[in-house]
Amino acid sequence: MGIATEKLNVDRRDGRLVMAHFYVAFIALAVGGLAGLLQVLVRSGKFELPLGIGYYQVLTVHGVVLGLVLTTFFIMGFQIAAVSRTSGTLTNKQRVIGWIGFWLMTAGTIMAAVMILLNEATVLYTFYAPLQAHAIYYLGLTFVVVGSWFDGAAIILAYSKWRKAHPGTPSPLLTFMAVVNTLMWIVATIGVATTVLFQLLPWSLGLVDRVDVLLSRTLFWYFGHPLVYFWLLPAYMCWYAIIPKIIGGKIFSDSLARLSFILFLLFSIPVGFHHQLTEPGIDPAWKFLQVVLTFLVIIPSLMTAFSLFATFESFGRSRGARGLFGWVRELPWGDARFSVPFIGMLSFIPAGAGGIINASHQMNQVVHNTIWVTGHFHLTLATAVILTFFGISYWLVPHLTGRKLTKAMNKLAIIQGVLWAIGMTFMSGAMHAAGLLGAPRRSSFSEYGGAPQAAEWIPYQIAQAVGGSILFLAIILMLYIFINLAFFAPKGEQDFPVGEVADEAEKAPMVFENWKLWLGITVVLILFAYTIPLIDMIENAPIGSKGYKLW
Amino acid sequence: MHRSEKVWLLLSFGMIIGFMLITGYQAFALGMGPPSHEERIDPQKVDETAPFDRPGITKIGENEYEVVMTLQIFSFTPNQIEVPAGSTVHFTLTSKDVVHGFQVADTNINAMVMPGYVQKISQKFEKPGEYLVLCNEYCGAGHQMMATTITVK
Repeated sequence: MGIATEKLNVDRRDGRLVMAHFYVAFIALAVGGLAGLLQVLVRSGKFELPLGIGYYQVLTVHGVVLGLVLTTFFIMGFQIAAVSRTSGTLTNKQRVIGWIGFWLMTAGTIMAAVMILLNEATVLYTFYAPLQAHAIYYLGLTFVVVGSWFDGAAIILAYSKWRKAHPGTPSPLLTFMAVVNTLMWIVATIGVATTVLFQLLPWSLGLVDRVDVLLSRTLFWYFGHPLVYFWLLPAYMCWYAIIPKIIGGKIFSDSLARLSFILFLLFSIPVGFHHQLTEPGIDPAWKFLQVVLTFLVIIPSLMTAFSLFATFESFGRSRGARGLFGWVRELPWGDARFSVPFIGMLSFIPAGAGGIINASHQMNQVVHNTIWVTGHFHLTLATAVILTFFGISYWLVPHLTGRKLTKAMNKLAIIQGVLWAIGMTFMSGAMHAAGLLGAPRRSSFSEYGGAPQAAEWIPYQIAQAVGGSILFLAIILMLYIFINLAFFAPKGEQDFPVGEVADEAEKAPMVFENWKLWLGITVVLILFAYTIPLIDMIENAPIGSKGYKLW
Repeated sequence: MHRSEKVWLLLSFGMIIGFMLITGYQAFALGMGPPSHEERIDPQKVDETAPFDRPGITKIGENEYEVVMTLQIFSFTPNQIEVPAGSTVHFTLTSKDVVHGFQVADTNINAMVMPGYVQKISQKFEKPGEYLVLCNEYCGAGHQMMATTITVK
């Protein structure tokens, strides 16, 4: 039995809200991509920035615009589209809340961007107190977060309305997933909102003199790790619930998909210490406890991998494929909506393995703050996630604008994906290798006084520049495709694919939607992992630090 | 549940539990945990607070040295360290301004050094050579210039 979908198309009015989010996201891609190109060129040692622009200023642009702006706008837009498609058109009130969210986020983005361009906020997106940016920078990023809560509220309200109208029926899978990701985002952003509103803003306005550096870092990383899952889960939404439809197969198991999302809600938050493993002032036992919780969050990703390949294999076999790997040939490789996200899935295999290394307590010491880590999240976020977002755009943008993905654009999209894979292999591969040799991340080009060890890193930095340049070409291609799909592609109907569950799969139990239970466990885990170390941090805090502007 | 699904889950949990046991054993039984020293200091009075009032290197035993070091934009004090091959060096570190990183290429030394906190880390230097010491946490416009060397003879 299938769940009746109320409407096969996203309503035009909801579509406009989603497209508004996407315009900002793709402008961010253009700006952030250019910043990335400049960085790899500077770090090759062959190029210097003109007009007195600083490397770290460009790095701040890259991190803020791609890590926060592109992701948050795209994800909120995609989730609103998914909810509107599977749970019905938003009410006018819900849509207005969405628009308020959009404008708050846009205003915040502009505030932060102006401060970065004026060189008043070269503190990177991770803040780095006691480096002190202009108050408007912190305020702008607060607006982005608060705006995302409004978007989140629209999603949750639309879900509640569906929930009330359909007692006893599991909610549509895509809606359920969007709600889980939104709830996780709200719980996680409380940390960053706390450090900004109670520490950084009053301090940058001169209302207080000093800032507690460790507390600020801890609150940031309480948010900073679930942030990466906030990026990843929309990609998983596509992999679990949309890709099966695109290839013509069925969702392997609805319950497994829901279970893995619930596990992400529980385990992605109480793990922030694994970004602070080499910091003083945190008890080693509590660091280890959070490492254990970090390992647990690997489980839902391994479940996802199983489920995806099970979907692919059962589809191939239903087409009569034989042998161990015969089903691979049956997959629709010529369809960019499948093949581009598939490149992303493949990249998640080395990306996930690298992540386990980073989380492995003492092994982290070998790679912490080296460019290995940069290589790692350019496989996770900047390949697995972003190629899936591109794959979604190929059908969602024309679906919303009443156009069609043409054969020519589909071909270009595949070229774009392949180009990305080649560029990233060079760039991320060289980053991983140089990081193992000790090359630091977030550092401008330096020969370190002619040190022979630093000289070994330079060939890898040139390889990064080659890879980064190829990636920039792929970004230009993506922007071209986006503009085509938004404004120029021929009018037509582009399907919003939503997967159906395999006939033999069991119906999802209603316990998955017992939010009191899941949010309760989430809060208990967070309190367990953070209460004692936070009390220790605050009670035994050293005298705080004054602000510095050192750029 | 499919049989293959059960096998996969079993393997997944087995692997993860293995990782937990190995990292836990190494951290707590073999003392290989990451640097987590818990002493506090007034970041504006580093120069007047022992032991940082006298940064430098002291021999504290057969092949054993203590280095007391301050980090500040964009340098390390003391900035030239020499030890014989085979020595174990215990570093005691703090920052006089912003957050810095203390990393020695080709070793396992990698620690955050934060204002208000004293950080400690030890390393045995077996192979002679020039080891590059660098700051690996963004600390301002001159971050990439913040480096020194440890010479092992």
